[in-house]
Amino acid sequence: MISRYRRRRLLNAFNLTMAVLATAFGLFWLVWILWTTIRFGAGAVNTALFTQDTPAPGASGGGLRNAFVGSLILLGMAVAIGAPVGVLAGTWLAEFAARRRLGAVVRFLNDILLSAPSIVIGLFAYAIIVDPSGRFSAYSGGVALALILIPVVVRTTDEMLRLVPGSLREAAIALGTPYWKLVTRITWKAAASGILTGILLGIARISGETAPLLFTALNNQYWSTDLGHPIANLPVVIFQFAMSPYTNWQSMAWAGAFIAVAFILLLNLVARMLLGRRRPRA
Amino acid sequence: MPVKVTAQRSAAAGGSRLSLDVLFRKFTGAIALLVTLSLAGILIALTRESWPALHRFGWHFLISTAWDPVSDNYGALVFIVGTVVSSVIALLLAIPVSFGIALFISEMAPRWLREPVSAAVELLAAIPSIIYGMWGLLVFAPWFGNLEPWINDHLGAIPWLGALFQGPPMGIGMLAAGIVLGVMIIPFIAAIMRDVFLVTPQALKESAYAMGATTWEVARYVILPYTRTAVTGGIFLGLGRALGETMAVTFIIGNANNLSASLLMPGSSIASVIANEFTEATTHLYKSALLALGLILFVITFVVLVLAKLLLLRLDRMEGRRA
Repeated sequence: MISRYRRRRLLNAFNLTMAVLATAFGLFWLVWILWTTIRFGAGAVNTALFTQDTPAPGASGGGLRNAFVGSLILLGMAVAIGAPVGVLAGTWLAEFAARRRLGAVVRFLNDILLSAPSIVIGLFAYAIIVDPSGRFSAYSGGVALALILIPVVVRTTDEMLRLVPGSLREAAIALGTPYWKLVTRITWKAAASGILTGILLGIARISGETAPLLFTALNNQYWSTDLGHPIANLPVVIFQFAMSPYTNWQSMAWAGAFIAVAFILLLNLVARMLLGRRRPRA
Repeated sequence: MPVKVTAQRSAAAGGSRLSLDVLFRKFTGAIALLVTLSLAGILIALTRESWPALHRFGWHFLISTAWDPVSDNYGALVFIVGTVVSSVIALLLAIPVSFGIALFISEMAPRWLREPVSAAVELLAAIPSIIYGMWGLLVFAPWFGNLEPWINDHLGAIPWLGALFQGPPMGIGMLAAGIVLGVMIIPFIAAIMRDVFLVTPQALKESAYAMGATTWEVARYVILPYTRTAVTGGIFLGLGRALGETMAVTFIIGNANNLSASLLMPGSSIASVIANEFTEATTHLYKSALLALGLILFVITFVVLVLAKLLLLRLDRMEGRRA
């Protein structure tokens, strides 16, 4: 009996130690990746990075100005399209379809879209915009990113609106408020911080997306703000520069990576603070 | 939970109100349907674009290992195998680690430690794929390359299985890509495992503890059986992510368009070959073959994700009961 008891205790101790080690293992990668990004990236950040455009192969100097601006334009387009669409669709799910079968189906498919590979979304944008129009363009990249943003916003809007207490709606209805006004003036307002968080998390998700841009916005070595033409953007520039044999390109890629990661972590932090404990599963 | 108020009732007071309410409901509903229909749109658009390749090669496309842009002869098998193998390696790494993390967070960590550890693990999911790829190529692969001679000598010496672990120590390759993929999907699997472990009824756990069960025995014989469906769902969700992951794999997998027995050799996945070759695809058939690969990837991930969500419906129900 003693030996059996001891065996159980040993097994327990061993497996629990493994669980602690597994946690340490997971955190180890996080620290390793962040530390490398800071080590190689922070040192490579300088003013030229923000004032000059991407250099030609082999040329020294240069910066990532066109890539930063291009990325901001793409993000702006994605939010301009994706945020209203996502909020409206999420509103329908929470306010009009909460207990309907159709709502459950839409919610289910939206979750699939949320996890669908971004490269497939990029190919879709290629198929519906780039191929018919005959050329790569900034707006096709914006649409691709919007398609990735939308399911994130739909999901958080839906979840946040469903957290709004029913008594609030009942009170408004008792006063004779029309339903559209109830939604736009009361429940949207009550869930505003949650919906905003969803949009921020969505932006964090798309600001590092590279694969869909390879077939849509492509890249541009020069300064361009023309939406009908290929546009420089940070992820694709990082991809191109990190794969290159030039050391100055590689260090610029690290600087870009550092800024991208800092931006994304900041968005996540703000989202977390906005939301406090009512965090949805993403 | 929202109260169910039909438009008719609230609109009984006036005609203009009825139209605005109905309009609002119809408009948001139309947009929600549009979002949903984009899934069908993806399927239709990709099928149309890949039709030339599918028509030319037929079912043979799925089982052919040819990938020759010069003679315009294409097959998907090399990339399907690469995608599946790298994802399986990722799961082999991610499942035990995620289980350990979830167990630590739900059963072992003091309450104040739960939230920070959860948040840190979730941060792994926030780091973009491109950063994983760049880090993998420039930092992880050289380090892993130093480890590979050891893998060669020890794992490579095992009979039968040994062939999987023999090859030049290049760092990049199928195994390295699988490991990085595994790290990338840990947060997704761990988050779901943690959530379901936390909603396992306390009374169930306590009765096992009262019988003298150890923490491990409670985890193994009470929590795991109780949460099996959702845990499987979480694993499928991680698999769905791994299958479609692009940039990290493109950097690390080595991009060789042939099959090799060894996991240390370079390979290719569906996503990596599309990312690498799409802009270089000059002929119509070449581009169409790449889009056909995209269609295959979409169909595979769609099936995996549907399975995952069906299994996870149980989790939503459990949380609903708790709430």
